[in-house]
Amino acid sequence: MPDRTSRFIWPILGLPGMVWIALFFLVPLYVVFCVTFGTVDPIFRSPVPAWNPLEWRFEQVLVVWDRLVGPNNFYLPPVLRTLLYVVVAVVACMIIAFPVAYFTARYAGQHRALILALLVAPFWISYMMRMLAWINLLQPDGLVNFMITLGGIIPLNVNWLSGNPFTVVMGLIYGYVPYMLLPLFAALDRISPSLIEAGRDLGASGFELFRRVILPMSVPGIVAGTLLIALPMMGDYFTSDMLSKSPSTSMIGNLINLSIGTPGQSGQAGALLILVLLVLLAPMIWYTRSNVKSEVRS
Amino acid sequence: MTVSPAPAEALLEEAQEPRRQRVSRGTSGARAHGLAAITAVYLLWSLVPVAVVVLFSFNAGRSRSTWQGFSLRWYTWDPDGSVINDESIRNALTHTVLLAVIATAITVPLGVLFALALDRWRGRLPAGANFLALITFVIPEIALAIGLLFMVTYLATPFGLGTTAQIIGLVTFQLAYPIVICRARLLTISAHYEEAARDLGATALGAVRRVILPMLFPAILVSAILVFADVLDNFVIVRYLSSDASTETTSMRIYQVARAAPTPALNAMATIILVVSTLVIVVGWLLYRSWSKRQGDSTNLSSFAGNL
Repeated sequence: MPDRTSRFIWPILGLPGMVWIALFFLVPLYVVFCVTFGTVDPIFRSPVPAWNPLEWRFEQVLVVWDRLVGPNNFYLPPVLRTLLYVVVAVVACMIIAFPVAYFTARYAGQHRALILALLVAPFWISYMMRMLAWINLLQPDGLVNFMITLGGIIPLNVNWLSGNPFTVVMGLIYGYVPYMLLPLFAALDRISPSLIEAGRDLGASGFELFRRVILPMSVPGIVAGTLLIALPMMGDYFTSDMLSKSPSTSMIGNLINLSIGTPGQSGQAGALLILVLLVLLAPMIWYTRSNVKSEVRS
Repeated sequence: MTVSPAPAEALLEEAQEPRRQRVSRGTSGARAHGLAAITAVYLLWSLVPVAVVVLFSFNAGRSRSTWQGFSLRWYTWDPDGSVINDESIRNALTHTVLLAVIATAITVPLGVLFALALDRWRGRLPAGANFLALITFVIPEIALAIGLLFMVTYLATPFGLGTTAQIIGLVTFQLAYPIVICRARLLTISAHYEEAARDLGATALGAVRRVILPMLFPAILVSAILVFADVLDNFVIVRYLSSDASTETTSMRIYQVARAAPTPALNAMATIILVVSTLVIVVGWLLYRSWSKRQGDSTNLSSFAGNL
């Protein structure tokens, strides 16, 4: 029979975590709103947060809005660029991850554990180290230029590392593809081999089998992988900073990062951040809810 | 090399439909080879650049793209630039490991207790808390970092920017790992164990401590490894919440100097962090294996990796 202690034990165990999340997740988010909807001190150019929601002003949001859609819309190109980069990188990650995950799930045989370990390896390698690796390789006198010029024979000097959108997108793909691989592998691994055999017995060709059995069953993995890489990419500024460091490849994350570093622009950084969060709110909630649901189901 | 997942199944197929089997074995064999080639190229692309970074940390010269012979100078003796002699590199390494140790020590117990509570405590409040914890998992890191930066800057918090703020940010960001992993494991542990312990006279807390927690061990271990390795690599949170050079981490250091013609000492620093996280994983894997052996579970690398 549950005595009194057992009724209170679970809330007591959960309390520290809940207090932590309230203090260090909810309060900070509220402060972002207060700074964004506050004002800027006219003399010191320092933000004056408005703690009372009734006093919230929208001046700084309007500044950002004006830069997005107004006549001098210099915020718009980075926003559009971010969307373009993210879409290209996500699609490329899918194209790369699918065959690799499929091979590992179905054909890897006795090498499966090793291949899986190698696929997971990038998780343990610092993102910055992986970007550093490409900075080394793509230097003017680096290995990549050495190879495409066949050791300096062909007079071709590609400038990879300043303002080259190709490099930035490649960096995004390189950085994030492992996060697409794992959920995709998990989904493909759940497809029973006998299901594929059944499809083949019923006369499906290889392509039909892919289109009508494998692809539909891998949708949860594709969706999870897409969200897992697209959400962080929307706030990414360091990939572009590391591999390009040029305004011509800056993304939303770079706009936010620059505003944070500029005195008096904290509110604008907050406004940009809230804008990003608003766009991402629906996918974030949808993903979290589907996780909660699958938890309940299992 | 057989490509069929189950030998018995393949035998059965062969007996039933020899001709068709031969055809499908042929095409699927070619497909398997094609896929194997793609996988091999992918793995090379994914890992060779990092191997080059490690290799050039042993370069005898200053170049990070021309090999000038093997040397340990960037680790040891180079008077102004080596890991041992460059104070900023040394400091970044120790600070990174310090953050990882403290953040893991706070995150894991906090998350495990939270997962235990969520497993039994029903209602709107715990459900909402669970939802928020999962949101911290998917929200872009920059949002958490800026929120805490603003909080520390504009609210009179008892701590300023620096190590404390960095740890608070890291714990908040990592908390979802132990929660998600332990909850998944708790779902497979039936409530009967706890009830049996209670029937045998254990208190509620005693049942948790002596029955549930030991069964949670692999989940706790895996989340500790994940959190530790992830904190070693963290960049966005530690950068926004750092105060000065003394709270610089290795990833911040790479970000600072990677484009400014650094020496291979930077490669050496990155290599050391890689070795640290590899060691943690290997030790974790050994602990996991010895635990499974004691439990009589059959285990292998892929079940460990699958847990990760």
